Parts: sequence; C-alpha cells; structure tokens
Amino acid sequence: MEKHFTRMGDGSGIYMSKEEIRADLADGTTDAADRGKIPPLSAEELDYLYEIVATPVNIVSVARGKETVTSSDSGAFKINYQADISLDRAISIQVHEKVLAADSLDLGNIDYSYKSVKAILHDEAKVMENVQMNTIMPVLYGAMPNLGLYTKPDGPVDNWSELLPRAKIAEARQAQEEAVELAVKDMVYIAEGMYKAGADGMNFDTCGASGDADFLAALEAVKIIRGKYPGFGMEMGMAGEFILGMHGQLEYEGTRLAGLYPHKQVKIAEQAGVTIFGPVVNTSSNRSFPWNLARAVTFVKACCEAADIAVHVNVGMGVGATPMTPVPPADAVSRASKALIEIGKADGL
Amino acid sequence: MGSGDPFGNEATQEVASGMGGIRTAGDLVMRMQLSRGLKIEAAKKYVAEKLGVAMAELSDCSVMREVRQNLGLGYPMPDPGAAKGIGAKIRIAEIMGLKINSVEQFKKKTGLHY
Repeated sequence: MEKHFTRMGDGSGIYMSKEEIRADLADGTTDAADRGKIPPLSAEELDYLYEIVATPVNIVSVARGKETVTSSDSGAFKINYQADISLDRAISIQVHEKVLAADSLDLGNIDYSYKSVKAILHDEAKVMENVQMNTIMPVLYGAMPNLGLYTKPDGPVDNWSELLPRAKIAEARQAQEEAVELAVKDMVYIAEGMYKAGADGMNFDTCGASGDADFLAALEAVKIIRGKYPGFGMEMGMAGEFILGMHGQLEYEGTRLAGLYPHKQVKIAEQAGVTIFGPVVNTSSNRSFPWNLARAVTFVKACCEAADIAVHVNVGMGVGATPMTPVPPADAVSRASKALIEIGKADGL
Repeated sequence: MGSGDPFGNEATQEVASGMGGIRTAGDLVMRMQLSRGLKIEAAKKYVAEKLGVAMAELSDCSVMREVRQNLGLGYPMPDPGAAKGIGAKIRIAEIMGLKINSVEQFKKKTGLHY
C-alpha cells in the first residue's frame, strides 16, 4: 500500500496511507465542528486538503494572486533573543523588512507584557522613534495583557489561582475584576506613549491567556484607545482557541466571554475597535498533521466568514496546524499556510 | 507569522503565501488592513487603484520595484539617492491617501507642512 510522508503535531515525520490521511482529515474537521458548533468542511474541501497534504513535494504555495500579508507577535526579538544573535531590536526590524520580506513587524520588550513595559516606556518609545525613522513597512508595538502579573506576589491583587481551589469563588472573581482595571490603565498608558512615538498600531497579543478577564482587559483597552486615536492600527491575537472561564460571568457589551470560539471572538473584537484579529487553533502534538490541519482550517474558515475585519491566523509553533517544535518543518508550515489561505480564506498570517 | 525559528516560520510563510513586503506592495496592503480593517481583496484593490497596476502585479517584484522606484516609495537593495525610511513613508501617505502616524509626528516636530 502506498504511504505518504507527513508529520505528527510535534513535527516528527510519519508515513500514512491515503485512507489514514482521509480518516484523520474527516475526524479533525468533525472535532472542530462539534466543539465550535460550526459547519464542517465540505467533501470538496477535504479532497483539496488531501491533495495539499499528499502532494510529494517539500514546499507548496498558494496560487498566483492569492498571496496575503504577514504580521507578527514579538517579531523584533526572533532573530536576537530567540535565535541568539547579538543584534539590536531596531536593526532586527530592518533585517525583517529588507531581508526576510516581512509586510509588518511589532517591536516589543523581552518581558513581553504591558505591565512590565510601564516602567520603561520612555526607553521603549525612543526605540520606536528610531525604528520609525528608518523603516518603511508598518511597525506596531506589541505585548500581552498578561493579567497573571497583577497577582501577588508580583502585583497588588489576590491570586485567583490560589483562591479558586479553596472555593473562594467570589473573592477570585473580585480579584480578577480589580486586575482588569489595572491592566486597562497600563495598556492605555503604553498605547498613548507609542502613538506619540509614531507607532503604526498596537498589537495585543496572547489575549485570554489568563481567561475571560484577560480578554476583557484587552477589549476595554482597545475601546478606549480607539476613541482617542481613530486611525490607529489595532491588532488582537488570541492565546487559545476558546476563552477560559476563570471568572465565568464577565461580559463585553452584553456578550458572555467565557467559552467563545474564534468565530464569536472576532465579532467582539470588531465591536471594540480591532482592525486585525488573530485567531488561535491549538495544535495537538499527539495527533497527525492532517488531523490538526483539517481542524484548524475548519475553525479559521468559520472565523473569516463571520469577520468584517482582516483576519491574520496565528501560525507559530503549536498553533494553526504548525507543529509544536522550535524548528517547524517547512513542508508542514507551507501546507498550513496554503490551506488556511485558500480554504480558510485568511486575510494574512 | 508566529513563534519558531525565522527560517521555518517567517521565511517559509513568505515563500508559500506572502506578498513580499517592500519587495512588492505587501507593506502597502498591510497598511490598509491595519488602519482600516480591510479584508485582503479590498485592501489589494485599494492599493492597485492608487498605484495604477493590476491586482496580480502587486505581488510581482519585477513590476513593483519599478513602480516603487518611480514613485519614491522605497525598496530593498536601494540605489544611492533612493527614498528611505520616513522619506519613503511621506510619499506613501500622499499616494495612498492615508495618514501615517510617524509622518504626522515628523511634521509636528519639523514644522513642515505638505
């Protein structure tokens, strides 16, 4: 029986038969449809996904004319801090622009959280000013709401992760609500500084990492910033495929946040004033690449159909069907890019 | 793009599906998405009309290099005297009919009006 080379969700290579690949594609789309209460991919779309997975070449690409654009999270420290090359962030951004053909990038601090940036905004703003003088592509400032940093002992608020196991539900909710207020203030303060420094926009990354309160903080901050600076770019990337209900009762403009999947998250983000939304679909490292791919494309297609703004899918390691490894294999990454754009109808990555 | 080594993620994604940044018109299309939330086809249509090129040509580096050279929009591997950085963005703002924040801040600081 003919076997096709593909991968597991952790990036390791495997061989699967046509029947095995087709079964995993069908299972993956069904899983997404069941969880998100969204339509599964059609038979034609699954046929096309099979072609993308099974084609016996290393790199695939979108059809001519279907190219999209890229944005980043922590983009300015992939080359220096992560790849361990001694390079200033401002220079790194020029490398992304002139060597790697990036369409945009975000500048961010190594401690990629708004709370951490508050004390060094004056220095971060100077880097942004420098970058803006020397680059052509849009450059955003990025960080995470990271609500957990507001809890004791790092912050002033009681730690809901300690309160919840002790069944102190009301206290845990109160602590999260206090943290939201503090985080909104910090995010707005940094956005004001970055606007004055010439940034093209803000990137609120990994939203919802601490649950529904974390997502709410980002939404409230975006709404305030949008009111102050109407033309300012506003990108919001998510932490996971659904919003954890750490609080459980929080709402934004009448919609309960806990449990929302990407096609509903994007509508809330739009309402707040986001211009580019970044959905996440988690990669399961012990399932096959075809399973993860069909699942990711199903969620992304529903999100893009619901969206009236641009959707840039998160496709780093461990999300958007990209295998969970620091060196994602180009064969899998290129297949995920093609499928998310051609079938999922993503506006960018 | 996302986390992972720049070759495996960023370079691969650009080759597989990217417009190509300032090699082409990727940065300009991205500007329309970021500032106005336009979806990809609407953003490409807007930029193509402003530049007077076909939508398919926006991702063609041989066409776009010449367009960018002629209009002073900046491009990689620049010739001496080519528009760079904020200079190129001043031209982009004018041609795209778009307010670019860094250009507006530059005008305030320099007292220039154009």
